[in-house]
Amino acid sequence: MPEPHRAPRDPLSASALALNSDYVGRVFGPGMPYEVSRVKIAEFAEAVGEGSELCRSADAARAAGYPDVIAPPTFAIVVSMASAGVAQSDPGLGLDYSMVVHGEQSFSHARPLHAGDVVVATTTIESIKELGTLSMLVTSTSIDTVEGEHVCTAKSTIVERGK
Amino acid sequence: MTVKYDDVSVGDTIPARTYSARRIDLVKYCGASGDFNPIHWNERFAVSVGLPGVIAHGMYTMAQAANFVSSWAGDPGAVVSFGVRFSAMVPVPDDTDPPLGGLEGGAQIEVSGTVKEKLGDGKVAVDLVAKSGGEKVLTRTRAVVRLP
Repeated sequence: MPEPHRAPRDPLSASALALNSDYVGRVFGPGMPYEVSRVKIAEFAEAVGEGSELCRSADAARAAGYPDVIAPPTFAIVVSMASAGVAQSDPGLGLDYSMVVHGEQSFSHARPLHAGDVVVATTTIESIKELGTLSMLVTSTSIDTVEGEHVCTAKSTIVERGK
Repeated sequence: MTVKYDDVSVGDTIPARTYSARRIDLVKYCGASGDFNPIHWNERFAVSVGLPGVIAHGMYTMAQAANFVSSWAGDPGAVVSFGVRFSAMVPVPDDTDPPLGGLEGGAQIEVSGTVKEKLGDGKVAVDLVAKSGGEKVLTRTRAVVRLP
C-alpha cells in the first residue's frame, strides 16, 4: 500500500481542497509496454467467471474471426488501473489511497484486446471535484498498441471518503 | 445461443441471473486484476477504515454485469462500450469454509437488463440493473453491444 501522501494544510483556509486541483489536465505515461497473453486472459476470465471459449481457445477465437483469444470486456482495467495508479499515487496529488472507493468506470473499445497485443497506457487527470467530505478524481486512460492503434479508453472516477 | 440484431426489440428484457461473490472470488480477483487493496481481503483493515467489513471490488461486480451481457450476446468481444456507477458497496461475508468452500455463501449479485435502443450498424444499447442484498449496487449501467 502506498503511504498516505496528504500534505499538511491550513485548517483555516476555507478553500483548502483535499486534492491538488493543479493536477487537472496532467498526463502520465505512456508507461512500459504491456503484453497481453493467453494465460493472463484465461486467468482473468476464470477469476470473474466469464465462461466463453473465446477467452480460452485460440481456435475458437479464430473461428469467430478474432486473431487470437480475446479479453473479457473489463480486462482493460488490468492495464488502465496500473497507469491510473501512477497518477493517483503521485505524492503531490494528495490522495489517501486507504480511503478510496471506486465511483464510476467505463470502457470504450475500438476492438477487443487479444492475446499478442502489446499496448501502452496514457492517463490524463480529467477533473477533481469536492462534494462535501468526498473528493472525486476522474481519470481517462488511453490504451494503444505500440504500433499506434487505439484499442480502448478507460475512464475511472475514484472517490476519497473524508475522515 | 446467439441473439441477432433483427430479432431484438426495444423494451425486450433479458432474464435476471444471479452471480456470487465469495471471499475466494475476491482473492482470485485480486490476483487476476492486480488490485490488492486490503479492503477486499483484510477484515481488520476494512473495519479500521470505516467499512462494514471486506467489500467486493467494484470491478468484480462490474465484471459480473459484463458476463451477463457477454453471455446474452454470445461473444465477450461484442461489448463495444460499457459504463457503470458503483452506487452501493457489496459486503462479502466470511461464511465459506476453506479451502474452496462450496458455491454457497458470500454475497449474491442479481443482474437484469433491458434493451433500450437500437443504434443501427448492429449495435444495441442495453441498460442493466445489479442488486445485492436488496440494494442497487450498479446504476447508470449501460452496455453497447454489437450483434450479428
